[in-house]
Amino acid sequence: MAVTLKINGENRSVDADDETPLLWVLRDDLRLTGTKFGCGIAQCGACTVHVNGQPRRACVTPLSMLEGADVTTIEGLEGREAEAVRAAWAEYDTPQCGYCQSGQIMTAAALLQRTPQPSDEEIDDALAGNICRCATYVRIRKAVKAAGEKLEG
Amino acid sequence: MTLSRNSSSTITATRRDVLAGAAGLVVAVTLPVKSRAQGAGDATFAPNAFIRVTPDNIITVLSKHIEFGQGPLTGLATLVAEEMDADWAQIRAEHAPSNPALYGHPDFGMQITGGSASIATSYDVMRKAGAAARALLVAAAAKSWGVPADEITVAKGVLSHASGKQGTFGDFAQAAAGETLTGEPALKSPDQFIYIGNENLRKLDTADKSTGAAVYTLDIFRDGMLTAVVAHPKRFGATVASFDDAATRAVVGVVDVVQVSAGVAVLAENTYAALKGRKALVVEWDDSAAETRHTDAILAEYEAAAKQRGVVAHQTGDADGALAGAETVLEAEYLFPYLAHAPMEPLDAVIERSADGGVEAWLGSQGTTIDHQVIAGVCGLDMGQVKLNVMLAGGSFGRRAQPTSHLAQEAAEIFMAAGGDKPIKLMWTREDDIRGGYYRPVTAHRLRGGLDANGDIVAWEQTVAGQSFAAGTPFEPFMVQNGIDGTMIEGASETPYAMANTVVSAHMINNPVSTLWWRSVGHTHTGYAVECFIDELLDAGGKDAVAGRLALMSDSYARLAGTLREVADIAGWGRTMPEGRALGVASVKSFNSYVSQVAEVSIEDGAPRVHKVWCAVDCGVPVNPEVIRAQMEGGIGYALSAILFNEITFDDSGAIEQSNFHDYRSLRIGEMPEIEVAIIKSSEAPTGVGEPGVPPLGPAVANAVRKLTGKTPRRLPMIRNDYQA
Amino acid sequence: MRTLNIAGSTFSIAIIAALLSACGQGPSEPAAPANDVNGLKTPAAFADIADDADRAAALFGEMSKVMLHPRCANCHPREGGPTQGDDMHPHSPPVVRGFGMGAAGMECSTCHGPANFAFASMEGSIPGAVPWMLAPQSMGWVGATPAEICAQIKDTERNGGRTLDDLVFHNSEDHLVNWAWHPGEGRAPAPGDQETFGALTAAWAQAGAHCPAG
Repeated sequence: MAVTLKINGENRSVDADDETPLLWVLRDDLRLTGTKFGCGIAQCGACTVHVNGQPRRACVTPLSMLEGADVTTIEGLEGREAEAVRAAWAEYDTPQCGYCQSGQIMTAAALLQRTPQPSDEEIDDALAGNICRCATYVRIRKAVKAAGEKLEG
Repeated sequence: MTLSRNSSSTITATRRDVLAGAAGLVVAVTLPVKSRAQGAGDATFAPNAFIRVTPDNIITVLSKHIEFGQGPLTGLATLVAEEMDADWAQIRAEHAPSNPALYGHPDFGMQITGGSASIATSYDVMRKAGAAARALLVAAAAKSWGVPADEITVAKGVLSHASGKQGTFGDFAQAAAGETLTGEPALKSPDQFIYIGNENLRKLDTADKSTGAAVYTLDIFRDGMLTAVVAHPKRFGATVASFDDAATRAVVGVVDVVQVSAGVAVLAENTYAALKGRKALVVEWDDSAAETRHTDAILAEYEAAAKQRGVVAHQTGDADGALAGAETVLEAEYLFPYLAHAPMEPLDAVIERSADGGVEAWLGSQGTTIDHQVIAGVCGLDMGQVKLNVMLAGGSFGRRAQPTSHLAQEAAEIFMAAGGDKPIKLMWTREDDIRGGYYRPVTAHRLRGGLDANGDIVAWEQTVAGQSFAAGTPFEPFMVQNGIDGTMIEGASETPYAMANTVVSAHMINNPVSTLWWRSVGHTHTGYAVECFIDELLDAGGKDAVAGRLALMSDSYARLAGTLREVADIAGWGRTMPEGRALGVASVKSFNSYVSQVAEVSIEDGAPRVHKVWCAVDCGVPVNPEVIRAQMEGGIGYALSAILFNEITFDDSGAIEQSNFHDYRSLRIGEMPEIEVAIIKSSEAPTGVGEPGVPPLGPAVANAVRKLTGKTPRRLPMIRNDYQA
Repeated sequence: MRTLNIAGSTFSIAIIAALLSACGQGPSEPAAPANDVNGLKTPAAFADIADDADRAAALFGEMSKVMLHPRCANCHPREGGPTQGDDMHPHSPPVVRGFGMGAAGMECSTCHGPANFAFASMEGSIPGAVPWMLAPQSMGWVGATPAEICAQIKDTERNGGRTLDDLVFHNSEDHLVNWAWHPGEGRAPAPGDQETFGALTAAWAQAGAHCPAG
């Protein structure tokens, strides 16, 4: 099935099995490899992208639900929230192995778009679906908070 | 001393060669320019195997150790930048390719990352490499400017002379390539350090890891590449009896189905087709040699063994006599489950045929030389015909270094079985990872301790029953002695505590379940057993957990005592705790680093909840303080996940019960405690931090749980038990 | 936010009338429907209870087999977030009710789509429906008795202003309710089917929507 959708602002047409998860469309067909595979069952959040502005696990998003959708991946994530998050990530030297960080950043940016100055609890709730086996959580929490403060300031 | 050796990439190394090469490497700080310079143009200055300087003024440091989060790319580059007096902004780091002669580990000979040893084994080597590069650049500038070399100063990557002449490293890269080093340049003294110990230095790989640009093995795509997934057995020791691939081959995109030693591989044009194909595959397994027992039965065997004295690994005085004469005898058993490592990036590898008939492979190669040898062996090639690229990896925690290189073997077998001509990407799913074995071994500890009438410890008996993952592998000569795998008893055969009458023994019990080192190896269980039991003995003897430990710590553990005093100080040990909260403490030396931790714990909904952890670490000269803190934080989080939640279990037929993160639960952000880390100032040689943050966490939490509930969690994970405060 | 507007806006008298008429058929009819559909009794099984209040109470008791089944109850918690599985363990990953559709940045729709989606790498599936969401807290009934639930769902203060007709429609036609009988790979469906559940609801309403005792 050919599906036309917008990826990082560009119109793309993808011809694949309509049950193909967006994750594999992004990686195998479009070579956007910043979106990672970690579990395949929406447990770890490594594949988080934005679909029509909403955070979404690409591993459980079939191509069939994406006709006309607007998809943003880590490669195309822009805007003041994204800039604030990346700056805070650098300030706190957040990543270790880095493999989950695309997903963490996609979720963090979505959180800040909705809640510009989140509390620790709101940060924990938003990022509860993003596993980091390196346990960089204390830095993620600090960085998201700092990014929020910067956005407000 | 300069060692000149042929280090071209066509070297064929036997293990003997590899070992010989390693001895040379320690002193080999300068190597002929023309010998390596992989991918480097003529204008590149490559004074040794670790440094390249290009005319664009970029310094690239080649890391002999793989980066999967513990910071060696930044750490090794820090050492080079320090001695070169480079500008941090001009520093880049990348992985050295597989080449045991150039990049071998001084202890193992082979190129490998492990034992929290990357900084420890690179501190002198990389600083000397940097100092040599600096000296050659200075020599080139001196010649060009016609001034004595010792009149040239270097700061932030700029060479200057009082005459006003100035130039960058890039300006002299080409000229320096023609210079020869005379003598060994002096290294800086610690008071001259700019980068080592610098709190403001930031890691080199953060930006790429924040934009999706960082490339891992899974991100490699080659023309015509097929993606392979493998159907593995659910029981250890099972083999393929037969399989029916009709439905698999009917899946659009599936190209081939091949049997390999580990199972049945499905190859497809894309990942989804490969996964669908595997789901449709019907495999009959032969379980005749498989482990079919329930994990409880395995544990019971280990528990029973630990009741009898094993092979004695350590003995002082007369423990049996002292126990018999003790006023009070305490006894405890501690049981530890199988643990999966579950790195975020499941195992993967890419392999393809090179134009010259050899093969090129890409993998997050931790046991690099063994991976290299195994790929060559399976493909029927010499090592020199195999190019192995070491990739960034999404975590490891020990999982990517396999004495058997089973992952590289599986990839190479699939590649060959599919014709040996098509590029193959092998991808393990999370289910393969959780069910794939190479677990932290199940271990049982039995301890008995005797107290005299004053409450002083007069006897200590510890018996360990576990499985060796080194036996039968190339690591056996290093790790197994007198029938005991040293990693089973590390941290038990030698403890920080000076006790007159001790006996520590072990039983090595084998079964078909594959096991492996898991972040901090034996200390994952010995640290728990020793630090929980000493806490119970001190308590029974009416002693404070901190003061009691300090009183017992021998002189050779003065640095551990230093961390204990520090952590007690920052945690406010001894203060009145809020209702329902308690502090627990533990101190463990591992990998030559010293770490003490205090955990603040409560019981919530029948389970321990850790609110805050204070940590003091002495790892010698702190090279990258932020990395050290991050590794303590990460080690604490990794350990907490395991001690609270994690175990791999087998059902009544021996089938593995867990499969993914829904039933092999990972710590999540809301469960992460607040963490405060103190780094002890030290001028001792630097030691590792990747693993040593792990061992004290479990016993610190357990000791707090005992204060709250009266009982030490004796069987892990803690979530097995229902706790009432 | 899921409200009754979804049902109300597409309210169809015809459907309700058809359901009510179907329920009017007594057990004495020669082509009587089976009294049991996949473990759920049909209204016919209660037709011989003469007293309206008693019949309504019995019908509601039967309806509560569905409402308290994990396929339904997992998303009708009284406290905290949703649960999962037949043992109703806490949802993994951990989720909170938040603004009703989850937390900002971790919404129900971050993972759940409009339809069930089978996992490619293992058995099982992620459930989906339009829209996938928690019942409002006022409609939480995990641990409640059928009598309490009955009072709860009739209370327009708590049920989002739903009339009895709205309730019949909701139970008969709602896509998310329908999911309970089409829960995807790896899950057992609720007893019965949506048609029977809707018919039970309609019969209960017709009998006066009386509640069970207790």
